[in-house]
Amino acid sequence: MNRNGPLALGFHTLVVAFMLAPLVVVCLVAFTPENTLSVPTTSFSLRWFRAVFAHPDFLQSFQNSLWLALGSASIATLTAVPAALAITRYQFRGREALNGLFLSPLIIPHLVLGVALLRMFAVIGASGSFGWLVLGHVVVVTPYVLRLVLAAMVGFDRSAEQAALSLGASPATVFRRITLPMILPGVTGGWLLAFINSFDEVTLSIFITSPATVTLPVRMYMYATESIDPLMAAVSAQMVALTAAAMVLLDRIYGLDKVLVGERT
Amino acid sequence: MSGAALPATSRSPAAARAARPWWLSAPALVLFSGMVIVPLLMTAVLSFNVFDHTTGVKAGEFTLAHYSKVFTDPYYLGIFWHTFWVSGLTTLICVLVGAPEAFVLSRMGPPWRAIFLLVVLAPLLVSVVVRAFGWSMLLGREGLVNKLLALLGIGATKLLYTDAAIVIALVHVMLPFMVIPVWTALQKLDPAVTQAALSLQASQATTLRRIILPQILPGVLSGSLLVFGLSASAFAIPGLLGGRRLKMVATVVYDEYLHELNWPLGAAIAITLLAANLLVMLSYNRLVEGAYRKRMGA
Amino acid sequence: MSFLTLTDLTKAYGDVAVVDGFNLSVEQGEFVSLLGPSGCGKTTTLQMIAGFVDVTRGSIQLGGRDITHAAPNTRGLGIVFQSYALFPHMTVWANVSFGLEMRQVPRTERQERVDAALGLVGLTALAQRYPRELSGGQRQRVALARALVIEPPVLLLDEPLSNLDAKLREDMQFELRQIQRKVGTTTVMVTHDQTEALSISDRVVVMQAGHITQVDAPFVLYENPRTRFISGFVGKANLVPTGQGGALASLRPEKLRFVPAGAGQVDGEVRERFFLGSQWLYRVSTALGELVVVCPNDGTPRLDEGTRCGVAWPAEAVRPLADGAHAA
Repeated sequence: MNRNGPLALGFHTLVVAFMLAPLVVVCLVAFTPENTLSVPTTSFSLRWFRAVFAHPDFLQSFQNSLWLALGSASIATLTAVPAALAITRYQFRGREALNGLFLSPLIIPHLVLGVALLRMFAVIGASGSFGWLVLGHVVVVTPYVLRLVLAAMVGFDRSAEQAALSLGASPATVFRRITLPMILPGVTGGWLLAFINSFDEVTLSIFITSPATVTLPVRMYMYATESIDPLMAAVSAQMVALTAAAMVLLDRIYGLDKVLVGERT
Repeated sequence: MSGAALPATSRSPAAARAARPWWLSAPALVLFSGMVIVPLLMTAVLSFNVFDHTTGVKAGEFTLAHYSKVFTDPYYLGIFWHTFWVSGLTTLICVLVGAPEAFVLSRMGPPWRAIFLLVVLAPLLVSVVVRAFGWSMLLGREGLVNKLLALLGIGATKLLYTDAAIVIALVHVMLPFMVIPVWTALQKLDPAVTQAALSLQASQATTLRRIILPQILPGVLSGSLLVFGLSASAFAIPGLLGGRRLKMVATVVYDEYLHELNWPLGAAIAITLLAANLLVMLSYNRLVEGAYRKRMGA
Repeated sequence: MSFLTLTDLTKAYGDVAVVDGFNLSVEQGEFVSLLGPSGCGKTTTLQMIAGFVDVTRGSIQLGGRDITHAAPNTRGLGIVFQSYALFPHMTVWANVSFGLEMRQVPRTERQERVDAALGLVGLTALAQRYPRELSGGQRQRVALARALVIEPPVLLLDEPLSNLDAKLREDMQFELRQIQRKVGTTTVMVTHDQTEALSISDRVVVMQAGHITQVDAPFVLYENPRTRFISGFVGKANLVPTGQGGALASLRPEKLRFVPAGAGQVDGEVRERFFLGSQWLYRVSTALGELVVVCPNDGTPRLDEGTRCGVAWPAEAVRPLADGAHAA
């Protein structure tokens, strides 16, 4: 069972084409000089990219998404790292439950969480608040940070910490100078993964954004339900470019294969 | 020997040490209590509240009317059924395409295997809106797919705003979730076991069917449950590719909340979806994996 | 005058005592090895001295000070871990300097002392390298330098040579001893390798199932094993009856020699022969059972398998075995 035959490779090519088709098409159509959705054949034009920059709504939404992602990824990381410490280093009743709670947004449909937050915001008067929107994203992206930091801590040689203790370091110093630097790829990788997921998020955001805080994916969703034109394609192409850049960075810091599959390939 | 002497502290008392993990988890715990547990509980309560079309939600009054509507009204039952079979079909296609693809990938040599694994999985990191929009372009009347069909002699087919479009886009989004667990299961296979079968003169096909397949079945199963659960609760794809007529559970909830303003009914549907999802996602942990672990002795 | 005193040191998990009533006095400058099979409690004892494992009962006195319950970052001991536990994100120099930093030693003095420590272990040229760029032997030296630079009252070594390959291990054994003699630090080493324990220690503490079974200088331990287990664990031994009841005695293979049949204490036939480089090892079946005879490879004629021969030994080479008991 070693090499793939021509049938297998043909099948594989179709799958790869299938996975890349919508992304490739989006990036190509973004460069069309025409008014309608068409793949540019004779000439490439940047007119639709210029149109995006001239569209104040999209620019505002991009900023919203950017600050939202930066904020939620950072807060998620700040809360997830100590939580991961607690879960991996201590034996206590409730440890499993806590672990399950912090990973629960992975199995709670974003739709359900979205309407639940919508209701709570209405009751406490938080609707339309950017801060509460950030907190909503924080819980959604925390599992991504937590998983990576947990993995970093579990595969960690504790004897380096013991060595530091024996040399006179306080527990805080041990964490700051020894543990943190050693788990840093997991922490920064987790931050970046959280950033990407917050930036991409649409289902939860549709319910809890207000006209002032509309994020880019929500704006795109609204726009796409009404009209479909190359402007959408240009915005989409830009999002793909941003995601690709983030993936390169993630690969450098942590290893994209480890992030996606969960183990070195 | 110069330098400050080390401080003469002794161990902190046992109680303080026992509380430490709680202090460390406190920020996340507060956050999750406030942003997950409380809202879900409030929504559960809301689903029992009475709703009046003229005055809105009656917070103090309770009824089972919404749940009975959800479970008996043919409109909602139809939506559940529609969601169920779309998700089921998506899951089936993902199994038929994703498992073999994972297998093909696992048989590739070093540079290609890593490259193509990333190619197949990286779309996970692109927003679902972009991916759905890409498909709406491909499946439109003037889209590439229709152009391809024209080449094959088939006339222009309406693909957009049909179940076909929803399923195709769902498969695109869910395929990585099938490939990953099957890939992981394949990595755990001991190659010597396969070699043993071949040395005992089993054919390639028999080895695949009787040796490899049974060992990766838990991965296929867990992937299936994940894909099914995610498909059933999908929102953006049916929203963009199903149009106004093809509804799934998620888009119906959206309608109730934002158009009908019947939040309690929407809440009832959402809670039902949550319960179904938890059941599906957590069931493999108990039943299936346990049974297979027993047989494999892992 | 005892420098490090362990009194009735006990570690129990529930009802199971992993270390039970351990008593030991270590003199200043002494090199003591804790020797025993895995699970005998030697590593747990070391971890109690270091402070990473809580003591259930008993006490640990260091230079007159009771450190039994002191936090591990206050004991000031030098520790070399089995995996070396180097800080992977710091250079060799930074690793060694860490302990001095924690003691707030001023920069110039730190510089001098780290350079001196690196010189002691012969790694001055590698000061700016990272652990991942070093070989196993080099990492071990960094760990040693890091532990010694803080001039600890006691140096603890946890199987420091077990991760090295055989040839390197031999070389490092002697170097370790040299360095320890030079610096004069009281040292406690844990090992399961009896050659290691015998070659570098001043005294060897043999442990079994949480208890001390014998404490003696290496030569005395080897020549006078107390129990059957020790006679087989420390070196190889032939078990021969003493003639008093069913009691057995230990007889070291190198004490036996071949003589013409009838001229020795017993006659036998050579069953198997192994060549070990510097020695020949013979398995001889005799009336007393199978005896192992070891002869140096010094040119005397070898015996073939199947040869009938006599085996002789000096009377004082027969060491009676006592029952295993707690050592004082």
